[in-house]
Amino acid sequence: MSFPWAKQYQPTTDFGKYMDKQLPVPRLVYSALGAGYPTPRNLNYFYNFGVLNGVALVIQIVTGVILGMHYAPSTLVAFDSIEHIMRDVNSGWMFRYMHAVGASFFFAVVYVHIFRGLYYGSFKPPREVLWMLGLVIFLLMMATAFMGYVLVWGQMSFWGATVITGLFSAIPVVGGYIQTLLLGGFAPDNATLNRFASLHYLLPFVIFGVVILHIWSLHIPGSNNPTGVDVKGPQDTVPFHPYYTAKDFFGLGVYLTLFAAMVFFAPNLLGEVDNYIPANPLSTPAHIVPEWYFWPFYAILRAFTVDFFFIPAKLLGVLAMFAAILLLFFLPWLDTSPVRSNAYRPLNRILFWVFVAVTLVLGVAGGKPAEEPWVMLSQVFTAYYFAHFLILMPLVSRFEKTLPLPNSISESVLAKYGKTPAAPGASFGGAVAQPAE
Amino acid sequence: MVRLGALAVGLFFCIAVLWGAVQPRDAVIPDPVKALYKHPTEIAWVHNGAANLGITGTFDRKQLQRGFQVYKEVCSGCHSINRVAFRDLADLGFTVPEIKAIAAGYEVPSIDDKTGEPATRPGTPADKFPLIYPNEIAARAAQNGALPPDLSLIVKAREGGTNYINSLINGYAEAPASWTVPDGLYYNPYFKSLNIAMPPPLAVDDQITYVDGAKSTKVQYAKDIAVFLTWTAEPKLEARKETGMAAIIFLLIMTGLGYLSYKKVWADLKRKPA
Amino acid sequence: MATETPTLDTQLPPEGDRRRDFLYVATASVAAVGVGAVVWPLINQMNPSADVLALASIDLDLSAVEVGQTVKVSWRGKPVFARHLTPAEIELANAVDIKSLRDPQTLAERTKSGNAQWLITLGVCTHLGCVPLGAGTGEVRGDFGGYFCPCHGSHYDTAGRVRKGPAPWNLEVPAYVFKTPTSVTIG
Repeated sequence: MSFPWAKQYQPTTDFGKYMDKQLPVPRLVYSALGAGYPTPRNLNYFYNFGVLNGVALVIQIVTGVILGMHYAPSTLVAFDSIEHIMRDVNSGWMFRYMHAVGASFFFAVVYVHIFRGLYYGSFKPPREVLWMLGLVIFLLMMATAFMGYVLVWGQMSFWGATVITGLFSAIPVVGGYIQTLLLGGFAPDNATLNRFASLHYLLPFVIFGVVILHIWSLHIPGSNNPTGVDVKGPQDTVPFHPYYTAKDFFGLGVYLTLFAAMVFFAPNLLGEVDNYIPANPLSTPAHIVPEWYFWPFYAILRAFTVDFFFIPAKLLGVLAMFAAILLLFFLPWLDTSPVRSNAYRPLNRILFWVFVAVTLVLGVAGGKPAEEPWVMLSQVFTAYYFAHFLILMPLVSRFEKTLPLPNSISESVLAKYGKTPAAPGASFGGAVAQPAE
Repeated sequence: MVRLGALAVGLFFCIAVLWGAVQPRDAVIPDPVKALYKHPTEIAWVHNGAANLGITGTFDRKQLQRGFQVYKEVCSGCHSINRVAFRDLADLGFTVPEIKAIAAGYEVPSIDDKTGEPATRPGTPADKFPLIYPNEIAARAAQNGALPPDLSLIVKAREGGTNYINSLINGYAEAPASWTVPDGLYYNPYFKSLNIAMPPPLAVDDQITYVDGAKSTKVQYAKDIAVFLTWTAEPKLEARKETGMAAIIFLLIMTGLGYLSYKKVWADLKRKPA
Repeated sequence: MATETPTLDTQLPPEGDRRRDFLYVATASVAAVGVGAVVWPLINQMNPSADVLALASIDLDLSAVEVGQTVKVSWRGKPVFARHLTPAEIELANAVDIKSLRDPQTLAERTKSGNAQWLITLGVCTHLGCVPLGAGTGEVRGDFGGYFCPCHGSHYDTAGRVRKGPAPWNLEVPAYVFKTPTSVTIG
């Protein structure tokens, strides 16, 4: 990425110069995260969430590796090994709670990060691949989290694994074979647990690799910003260090404080009590629910209650659940508005907030037993979910009247601090406002 | 092209799901259990600290010891606490010789070192509290088909936790006329299905004699066993809250400094007009 | 009335403000303290857990061990030999010239006073860690009547001292105390 006014790395020490010739890591860090990365000056707190995602991933990997030193992936001892961690391993309880709560916090910040991208059009050209890499990370996260939850081998672990692997049997012809292949048997058992342990250890490092690609892809065009207007010159940017390192450090402090509050004072709040009962293949819990971050998709899965022509309801639900995520890959080609940011797209902005509300309701519905009124709500709102992305958004982006964009980022920043407030529709003549006499 | 395909897929899913939405639903029979089921009464616990918030507070060691006495004299007839080791009792204030004596009073599984047959030996502090029945089948055979669960994690494995145990133990009542209780079960509105296989375990005052001055009433027994079982489920509760308090105070200071630093770094760029 | 135009250039103001420097140093130091506080539990979790420490000390009942017999027990994951020495074995051990030993120790130094007939040692050869023979009935005891390690041919005498072979030291004597005349606590 080449903003011509970006500061270049200048090694000062002899050692610095020596390393710069052989393995220029400091140069890479300087131009990616340091004073050599010009960043739009108008980023708001929603732009902290990328870094928070990275921190959450590192916390999961560190606590996960530690837990891996004490956990045993055999159905005979898995549950006991986790109680061993909670009771006997030095600070084991802390690492276990950090890992469990950390997964929830990781999804929370990822969702905010995704919604930021939706709002400000960060998925639009030239950042389509960046967006799709992010979705790949999201899919890998969901697989990792699902397998990690099974490792506890409590009632919810076992029966959640039964339900989700059972979904594959809905695929016509080959579904049963795929299910048996995944399980290594006919029901979740030792074979399943062992392979989930191996993959759960592997995938976070694959995620880490895709995150590197994600950040690399971002650094080609540079960061988007709340106006959606491209960077035009040095007056539009500030060096990442110290401006955004300082802001990110503060954001990190807030994140860690909230994280500590939950880890130490409400560690089981987002969990299910049934998972403190060892898995029993002969007794099903009253309500099988996944963790909260899967609830919107679980609601979509359960919304399809009747067969449609020749397609069984179970298969419809599975297809819809996967389609709900896969359609996001096509977003850059569904939303074709040349205006990026919802700040200048009033109709799309309304649509966005309706979508947020719908997702929240779907989330709540996914955690409830399959009873009215939640079944009806799931069905109506699932219809809206698909209509939003596949019908409404393409139409709105084609036909809406957008607000005039500022000529540059600095212009919009000045408008905030200048004498005249930025009024929608006012013309922004002249690059730099002069104090009016 | 993409938009055409998207339109088709979107219409397909919308119609499919809305088709299900307009189907007539089966009449919902009101659930008789829901009408009678009672949520646990929430009371203040010493280990929840100030304002019962769960932020401060430590266990009352005397209460834990009384709860252990309740477990030993009544509950251990049917229920194991197999995840608790005898050495963990040091947390309750017992000394090493006392723990050795308690452990030696239990028989733990072992092997006869001459014949190799399964045998038992007296417990040592390193052992866990033994199971009451060797396996589920034996337990059900001895208990008319019911399985008394291990109590080590019961407080974390049930909605309501400590309050649930307390309400359940004292919650046995006469079934209302509308509800039939099958033979061999007992009516308890705090239990999920209202019919519990456990007979009222602590139904009589003076069933257990406390020696530390606390009242030997069934209300007290219920409270003490609930707190003891909270400890068996979460022996690290106090350490967790202490560490948490230190962590939060530290993080608030660090975040505060971070905020001031952030403001200072950005001061030259964010000056508002005078 | 002229209002101050906010500057839009990206040059940082000159580093002259000492209060600002102090704030940054303070923030960085507090963060470093936090990192240090987190590092300790990360490392300490690898230390032995409470259940392992609980087995750090075992009680051994010696009443069933006949004269001339050795009993093998597991302590901290390793074998311990508790041998009830015969008077002949004690005499043989005391007759050895200490100065000729690779690792000079008397039998008295390796047993508890008043209980010289009880030789309690680790069953781990001090060469490379194999378990020597000689504890079980019928096992080879080596040229000096004590223990013999078949891996590389170390011979130990009736006091568990190395006499031949590559082992550098005598069999280790763990810390133990006699609780009663017939039982010891090891560790």
